[in-house]
Amino acid sequence: MSYVLRISRRGFLKTAFSAGALILCARVFPGKALDALAAEEWYPGVYLGIEPDGTVIIVAHRSEMGTGIRTALPMVAADELDADWARVRVVQAIGDPKYGDQNTDGSKSIRDFYAPLRQAGATARLMLERAAAATWGVPAAECRARNHQVVHAGGRTVGFGELVVRAAKQPIPGKDELRFKTPADFRYIGKGVPIVDFDDICTGKGIYGIDARMPGMVYASIERSPVLGGRLTSYDDKEARKVKGVLRTVTIEAAQPPYGFQALGGIAVIATSSWAALRGRQKLKVAWEPGANAGYESESFRTTLLETVRRPQKVVRSIGDVDAVFARGGTIREAEYYVPHLAHATMEPPAAVAEYKNGKVTAWAATQNPQAVQDAVAKAVGIAKQDVICHVTLLGGGFGRKSKPDYVVEAALLSKKVGKPVHVTWSREDDIRHDYYHTVSAMYLKAATDAQGRPTAWLQRCAFPPIPSTFDDSVRYGGDGELAQGWVDVPFDIPNLRAENGPAQSHVRVGWLRSVANIYHAFAVQSFIDELAAAAGRDRIEYFLDVLGRPRTIDFKAEGTKYANYGKPLDQYPWETGRLRRVIEVVAEKSGWAKRKPEKGRALGFAAHRSFFSYLAVVVDVQMDEQGRISIPRVDVAVDAGRVVHPERVRAQFEGAAVFGASLALMGEITAAQGRIQQSNFDDYPVARIGEAPKETHVHIVPSDGLPTGVGEPGVPPIAPALCNALFAITGKRIRQLPINKTKLT
Amino acid sequence: MKKIAFKVNGVARSYSGNPDMPLLWYLRDELHLTGTKFGCGKGLCGACTVHLDGEAVRSCITSMKSVAGKKIVTIEGLSAKGDHPLQKAWKELSVPQCGYCQSGQLMQGAALLKEKPKPTDQEIDDAMQGNICRCGTYERIREGIKQAAGVKS
Repeated sequence: MSYVLRISRRGFLKTAFSAGALILCARVFPGKALDALAAEEWYPGVYLGIEPDGTVIIVAHRSEMGTGIRTALPMVAADELDADWARVRVVQAIGDPKYGDQNTDGSKSIRDFYAPLRQAGATARLMLERAAAATWGVPAAECRARNHQVVHAGGRTVGFGELVVRAAKQPIPGKDELRFKTPADFRYIGKGVPIVDFDDICTGKGIYGIDARMPGMVYASIERSPVLGGRLTSYDDKEARKVKGVLRTVTIEAAQPPYGFQALGGIAVIATSSWAALRGRQKLKVAWEPGANAGYESESFRTTLLETVRRPQKVVRSIGDVDAVFARGGTIREAEYYVPHLAHATMEPPAAVAEYKNGKVTAWAATQNPQAVQDAVAKAVGIAKQDVICHVTLLGGGFGRKSKPDYVVEAALLSKKVGKPVHVTWSREDDIRHDYYHTVSAMYLKAATDAQGRPTAWLQRCAFPPIPSTFDDSVRYGGDGELAQGWVDVPFDIPNLRAENGPAQSHVRVGWLRSVANIYHAFAVQSFIDELAAAAGRDRIEYFLDVLGRPRTIDFKAEGTKYANYGKPLDQYPWETGRLRRVIEVVAEKSGWAKRKPEKGRALGFAAHRSFFSYLAVVVDVQMDEQGRISIPRVDVAVDAGRVVHPERVRAQFEGAAVFGASLALMGEITAAQGRIQQSNFDDYPVARIGEAPKETHVHIVPSDGLPTGVGEPGVPPIAPALCNALFAITGKRIRQLPINKTKLT
Repeated sequence: MKKIAFKVNGVARSYSGNPDMPLLWYLRDELHLTGTKFGCGKGLCGACTVHLDGEAVRSCITSMKSVAGKKIVTIEGLSAKGDHPLQKAWKELSVPQCGYCQSGQLMQGAALLKEKPKPTDQEIDDAMQGNICRCGTYERIREGIKQAAGVKS
């Protein structure tokens, strides 16, 4: 049990750093309330410290779920410090607002923390240089940090470690005093370093939430209502308690809407081992009052959503006069699309251990958002946020599921009742049946076209139970954030264009899933543009570029459109169609699009999409045999993600996203009958395996000096439409409902 | 209760609890060898793969009574220094993402290489079809096995 660590908030830094270390944070915040700091404040110090032996300790405040962020962000600080990476130690942060946002979600870790981590490195570097200058009695301008030491113009050198005591006495430099490296001087940024966790991962030593242990802990397995909002009416735990190792059962009060991050409620079997808890649970006899969601049938709900999008709805963007063009008649095309619920199915199901003791909670959790753990646990057990210590383990996949801390709340509530640390591991069945599902959606598109097949009017309507309704159950319309994800920002240069959104009510918990609303919006839009190109008999990419128009910056303000732009100002992160055009040209060239000869049972499919400020174009090479079996020999992805910090991990993200996108497109579907989720495990909720996944994914990173943008999610949205576009080219059948395996193609 | 004797990573062990308990929970909860992961509990995902007398098995559906007299090797025992050719290839090619499934992938791959030292792409895909990776590292898993096997890509 090497992973037993029980340290207080104050003890955290003491554990991470030895006495005598230069810890910038201690000097940056003399007595200032940590909670009072805003995310944008100038606070370089919380991330970095240097030990007297020269070890540079860099705090990773974002969660590692496979993106490499626990390596990449510390690497940025190390580069600016000019540290030797071999002498850097990465320490995982607990949840604490002083680090700024820790919700590792929204493809924003590098985007939002590239600059702060560079500032942290540059600050420490300047302080070390000034300390060396003072030691030598020379001007600071003559001293430069080089590879873990400071070098004087005269040739003298001194190691970082030897400077710690003197550097700690230096005043913290102001932001305007900092010097930053030019890209030519980068040692690691744009090149990369080995991932810090790979040794542990490859030897089975990596510690995930499911592996975290606390002394004296017990294991819990929880039976929850099969219908969201159901209430436990009676139970018989006699047989369960007879199972060897079962200690007792504990009920958890049913959550009330809005469900937010509450524990769902139910009855937990507490045992001395995982297996005893699972077996005991199988022997529970439980009766539920299913409640208001028992009428939820996903099949009839599909009809409801489609009916919604056939009628006029709330206008969220309008250019010109769509209705006038449609009234004139001519060539008009319409299509309806549908994307079902999806489950995250992280390989590690939700798992955490928590101990409630003396009015405080300590948790070890596989969480994307330790501060949300603090908030949700504090609220549930009735203590202050700062009395919840949340340690972050490695995450066995996240994809948005582990941004929601309900399972940590369960562990904390149970610990309070049991008086011991409680480890909660969800079974796969729990995970599939009680997820915060990717929402279900319907889209309707209509276009009038001219003699060249070019759209003169374009209408699009969508309806889906919105994620904000998980937090406010009166919400029915899509949130600004959801509508900004590939819906309001359709980039085509069409004189008459209208986007609408209709209402829908949720009957399951819905939540963020890798690339979120972009999945269904891109599926509809990127399919429909392909339909128009096919109807016009034109090359798909040539047609797309024609409709995209001349390179321009979309002026949402001038056209009176409210565009959320992922929460960032448009002048900082504009929507530039020229960048989309560029990646399309690159992917066309790299995939050999123009040279491709028609072949029976094999074709290329194309899609292009901007999300999380990154511009993507994808060509998928699809093969279908006579039995209708689909394989994907190759995917080409061209991406403009601004400055790329760790190219190898960026490629890995797009490789993985191609698999994730192919998986949801080919076979992903969650359905409900009588409010109960009908899938339960990987047999009835299949995900792509090695044989179904794209065999090769070639990632083409377009060089850019722009601000770094998202890479974790943007690779997903174009895959499903590109696949379906290729299948249309092969079969002449247009797939408008996912997953693809719903449609008979032969 | 009758004692069940076996070896785990070369160490003799005995077990006298419920003989129906899956090996997975014994390894994780009793020996604290948490490198073997829970993923589905039904032999559907491969995250819990270990070697039983050299063969890859799903420990989540392998009962304790069935391991009597057998040699079990887990990811912790795959190599003394983390330097099995697959472990080296995994790091050289940066195969893992979240890493959760990789213990199982490595154990499955190691069993394949023992049986077929120079596997073809199809043999690799057939052998690895039972091991799910949600991060989608399959292409690099295939490359990693080929590199360890010295098979040309």
